[in-house]
Amino acid sequence: MIQLTHDTIDYTALTESIRSNQAGAVVLFLGTVREMTAGRQTVALDYDGFPEMAEAKLRELEAEARSRWPVIEAGIVHRLGHLELGDISVAVAVSCPHRHQAFDAGRYLIDRLKEVVPIWKKENWSDGSTEWVHPGVDNNGTQPQI
Amino acid sequence: MKTKLKLFAKARDLVGAAELELDLPESATVADLRIALGEHSPALQPLLASLLVAVGTDYASPTTRIGGRQDLAVFPPVSGG
Repeated sequence: MIQLTHDTIDYTALTESIRSNQAGAVVLFLGTVREMTAGRQTVALDYDGFPEMAEAKLRELEAEARSRWPVIEAGIVHRLGHLELGDISVAVAVSCPHRHQAFDAGRYLIDRLKEVVPIWKKENWSDGSTEWVHPGVDNNGTQPQI
Repeated sequence: MKTKLKLFAKARDLVGAAELELDLPESATVADLRIALGEHSPALQPLLASLLVAVGTDYASPTTRIGGRQDLAVFPPVSGG
């Protein structure tokens, strides 16, 4: 199941939906809003997304995972909108016959999600400032020298 | 040709609009689009090199022809998760 939502992610229901008698292993990853980043304090995150493309890319990632591991079922839910500290921003659930496959497939899905799925987060820092997070682009918007 | 694109995240904030229409030749590529964007919205200049371009729901390469398309999206590197 692939889903973008503005609502709280029901990770229990997600996990139940991917359980199977064929799967001896179920792995659930939850991404949650962290308070401290490099010494700065976050009070909230705002997530923006390009829904049509994000869903298409998530479906592609699921297909890629299925081509590499014997995935029985997989589910990815990403939240958009305003999230407070501790809120769950993303849930990735995978079931496979054996644990190594489930861990590897789950890690692949969350790692690739962070690279290719068009969703962006904006930091709301404790000093009242806000800042889009765009990896590889520094705070002034310029690319770092490599 | 009239070329329509959506903007997201910091690109949308810097331009001050969620959608833009640019006049580009049919042969225009993603590289040409970057130049046109920088001329249209100088505020985008610092982000230009890192902007990603999508046609429909797929990433475009620098040589993809985009002139006249209505289904473009332009955005900075992604940070979901």
